Amino acid sequence: MDREREVVLGLGAATLEILGGMVLHLEPAAPTNEGNAGVATDSFEGKTLSWTLVGETIELALHREPCNEIGSATLEELERFVETASGFASRARSLVIYSRMAAGFSAGADLRELYRRMQSRKADAHEMEVREFLTRIHQVFSWIDSSPLVTVAAVHGVVFGGGFELALTCDMIVADRTARFCFPELRLGLIPGFGGIPRLKRELGNGLVRDLILTGRSFNATKAAAIGLVSQLVSPGEASRVARGVAAQAAKFDAKTMRAAKRFIKPIPNAEFQEEIRIFCELVTQPAVEAALRKFVEDAGPQPYLP
Amino acid sequence: MTDLDHTLQQLLQLASQHFQVPAAELNPDDDFFKKLKINSLQTLDLLTQLENHFNVELPDYELQGVTDFRTLAERIQSRL
Repeated sequence: MDREREVVLGLGAATLEILGGMVLHLEPAAPTNEGNAGVATDSFEGKTLSWTLVGETIELALHREPCNEIGSATLEELERFVETASGFASRARSLVIYSRMAAGFSAGADLRELYRRMQSRKADAHEMEVREFLTRIHQVFSWIDSSPLVTVAAVHGVVFGGGFELALTCDMIVADRTARFCFPELRLGLIPGFGGIPRLKRELGNGLVRDLILTGRSFNATKAAAIGLVSQLVSPGEASRVARGVAAQAAKFDAKTMRAAKRFIKPIPNAEFQEEIRIFCELVTQPAVEAALRKFVEDAGPQPYLP
Repeated sequence: MTDLDHTLQQLLQLASQHFQVPAAELNPDDDFFKKLKINSLQTLDLLTQLENHFNVELPDYELQGVTDFRTLAERIQSRL
């Protein structure tokens, strides 16, 4: 494990040292399971993620075991982040999203939770629940995507599925050489559901998009940089530090101009996201999806599940 | 030494260093999952290490069912 991640995993005061800069307010983790409920300050320490305002940069750290799987708990804290960050966004110029987990940035959607819920509900109820979840996660991801802040994802290790989709909401991705990207959804009989295809199409040529989506193959950070997905490729453990530098540099420019540039570069028609949700919901109740999820959940082999 | 033998030796050396298993304990026909005691996340890490070391792309689907160092070296060699 690299030095930075070792320190960050130590949390507490060590986290402050590695984050550097001026921390305006940092509450210690609440002693309850509810996180820092009710503390509407510039920082938050939750069960799945934390954030703090450091100078003009909001640092959003993902830290759910084992690799930041995105389920209902993460969604709730992401919604809380958006609600809170909207309040102090006038004092912030940039957002850096990174992971404290050694395994990587994020392994994507919490498939075990999805499978459990599928088992305990009728198909109609399950589809409705999935639709609601997707609508909510789209609201969060769209907020990040269209935020006036300069947004940078600092990634390492596993950047799969929903984790990849989260990184794609950011203006830039800084990756260390351990990063590995993948959209494995078709392995499960699904398509990416958190805005992945529209955002991948925004970044890459369609031939490559089809290769990555339709084969479900993973690819490394060197490849990601070569195809223009990653803007800066760095040594293992250096992504967060470099991302902070990127954020600080971009934040020197005029805020109004920055917003205008982003509005010109980034928008994706909402109809594409709605179509993605529709297709995902159409697929999710298929027996093949349940069978693939069961195999994923029960599989403990060393080879990543790939039918 | 053939090109394949050379690739195989580099592969064994890399696996030994990265997963801290004595090189003398690794043989070409060993099941590397068992010998290196790696899980699925570490398998992805190994894949990235191999791609970076040999400067090749190794699509996951080409490695499905590959469990021994020798066959893995053949897959790498086919991409060099």
